[in-house]
Amino acid sequence: MTMTIRNLTRRFGQTEVLRGIDLTVEKGELVALLGPSGSGKTTLLRIISGLDWPDAGQLTVAGGDWLAKKAEERRTGFVFQHYALFPHMKVRDNIAFGLTVLPRDRRPPPVQIRARVAELLQFLQIPHLADRYPSELSGGQRQRVALGRALAIDPEVLLLDEPFGALDAQVRRDLRRWLREVHDATGTTTIFVTHDQEEAFELADRVVVMGAGQIEQIGRPDEIYDHPASPFTARFLGLTVEIPVNLRAGRIEAPGLDGSALSRRAMADGPATLFLRPSDITPVPDPEGAFRITEAVSTGALLRLRLEGPADCIAEAELPRRAGVPGLIPGQRVRLRPEAGQIFPGGPGPVQAAAVPSLKTKESLQ
Amino acid sequence: MGVTLSYLGVIVLLPVIALVLKGAEIGPARFWAITTAPRTLAALQLTLLAATMATIFNALYGLLMAWVLVRYEFPGKRILDALVDIPFALPTAVAGLALSALFAANGWYGAILEPMGLPVVFTIWGVAIAMSFTSIPFVIRAVQPVLEDLDPQYEQAARTLGAGRFTIFARVIFPAILPAFLVGVTLSFARSLGEFGAVVFIAGNLPMKTEIASLLAVIRLEEYDYNGAAVIALVLLLIALLLLVVSNLLQARALRYKGKTA
Ligand SMILES: Nc1ncnc2c1ncn2[C@@H]1O[C@H](COP(=O)(O)OP(=O)(O)O)[C@@H](O)[C@H]1O
Ligand SMILES: [Mg+2]
Repeated sequence: MTMTIRNLTRRFGQTEVLRGIDLTVEKGELVALLGPSGSGKTTLLRIISGLDWPDAGQLTVAGGDWLAKKAEERRTGFVFQHYALFPHMKVRDNIAFGLTVLPRDRRPPPVQIRARVAELLQFLQIPHLADRYPSELSGGQRQRVALGRALAIDPEVLLLDEPFGALDAQVRRDLRRWLREVHDATGTTTIFVTHDQEEAFELADRVVVMGAGQIEQIGRPDEIYDHPASPFTARFLGLTVEIPVNLRAGRIEAPGLDGSALSRRAMADGPATLFLRPSDITPVPDPEGAFRITEAVSTGALLRLRLEGPADCIAEAELPRRAGVPGLIPGQRVRLRPEAGQIFPGGPGPVQAAAVPSLKTKESLQ
Repeated sequence: MGVTLSYLGVIVLLPVIALVLKGAEIGPARFWAITTAPRTLAALQLTLLAATMATIFNALYGLLMAWVLVRYEFPGKRILDALVDIPFALPTAVAGLALSALFAANGWYGAILEPMGLPVVFTIWGVAIAMSFTSIPFVIRAVQPVLEDLDPQYEQAARTLGAGRFTIFARVIFPAILPAFLVGVTLSFARSLGEFGAVVFIAGNLPMKTEIASLLAVIRLEEYDYNGAAVIALVLLLIALLLLVVSNLLQARALRYKGKTA
């Protein structure tokens, strides 16, 4: 089954929450919807499951029109952000629910349902929880049960809304690996929502970056990480340092900036903005440098520097503290050597959203 | 805390104890004789039967009403919501008078029902209607807030798992509101057992036929038969207590998934 979403639009009153979403999900894929809170991720997921309806657009699965189907006919395994396990049912009854509500002619006999539940409990590594009520489970255990309940109906597509949002860091990491294993074992087409880029990048085959109701970029994790296609994606993915530069013959020019590590770019001459990750900036002590260190903070592993440049340009740099570059103390003048970055045309301020071919480092070209 | 408890003791417990002592004073043999006297039995039977009829109706209609008030938007909803409390706010005698006027042979309802061979006034139906009228808010007001607070995600989850509307109600929503529903139904039944003001106007109070137990107790009192009055009161009390116990057991059962570790 291939899921195709065409030009999907959803308004709540005056607010356009989804503004023309186009997306294709292939059978067996594990896709992450990544975006800041309020970007419309949950709304998109709810429309796919039939819990909400678009104002315009199409949603087809394996060629069939899903907008003509009710939620209960679509067989989407929806895992809610807060699990929504039925509180008055034991774990095994929660998992069996989707099978026991099938129309009589398609409902498996009780013995078979019981066997399927037992099998799922085993598979999800929670057989010891079978006779507990949801209120007797930890967050991570609830999440596993919620996934089991969704998997029990052998869903056409599995939809997970911030599945690990409410859990602490260690459990999150464990469950992430576990979800990947579950996905690889079942081969269920899966779409999950997150605002955590690490989670999206680690888990997904493809990442869909959403911002303000639109898809900003779709791609493999590394691709997106290395080459964010818009200023929005760049900022969201941690390229938080923005330095106004001038492009000439594909080279960046800016006072105090050593662009030699960046490759030449096929882009028109003129003002542009360079987006950088703090960890991709190497400050080099230089009495003539255009930047001045105003603050140096250690996080233990990292030395985090705050830098002030010409024309009120503020930058931040991060480097391993133990590398022990001498002279990186407040007051010191430095020049900056970006190791990787992304450049978009236009000066600082409201930057044009036009996607631009990415800037590669020399290293990655070799 | 102390004040509250002593207040409860003086207002609630003391009269009950006095009543039980009075009953003990009478002795089991007398007690039995009074209880099984034909007129007492008939009154108790009528009261229980009518209260059961009223409660079954209240359970169904109250649930439906709570559902409509929570789940639907319609003009006049707020007014309807306010009207629900009228049976509690109205003096029961006024309710009784109004009901008997409506259902009398020449009243608005009676004029239609009577020719169809369905007399209400002076029958058990009248008794049940009066009981139902004065106690229906219990069910509605018990269920309504729980239904309002019910997280829509449970229903949505059930829908994505393939459940239809009826299944969702029966297996997801009803179990969630069941404890509150039981409370409402119990209170409704207890109130119906003891309802006096509204009933006496519409019942006709024919001994052996439409005479309710609490009225018989009043009659005994007026005859200076304190023992007779006390026995009837005690029997009503025992039934109500039994009901509360059963209801609490059922509630505990319906809530068994909560109590343990959260
Ligand atoms: N039922 C609704 N009514 C009105 N506004 C809504 C509703 N659901 C979501 N929104 C709005 O739509 C926007 C996107 O919401 P959502 O899809 O939940 O975003 P995300 O899951 O990415 O945080 C938010 O601004 C939210 O306030
Ligand atoms: Mg959300």
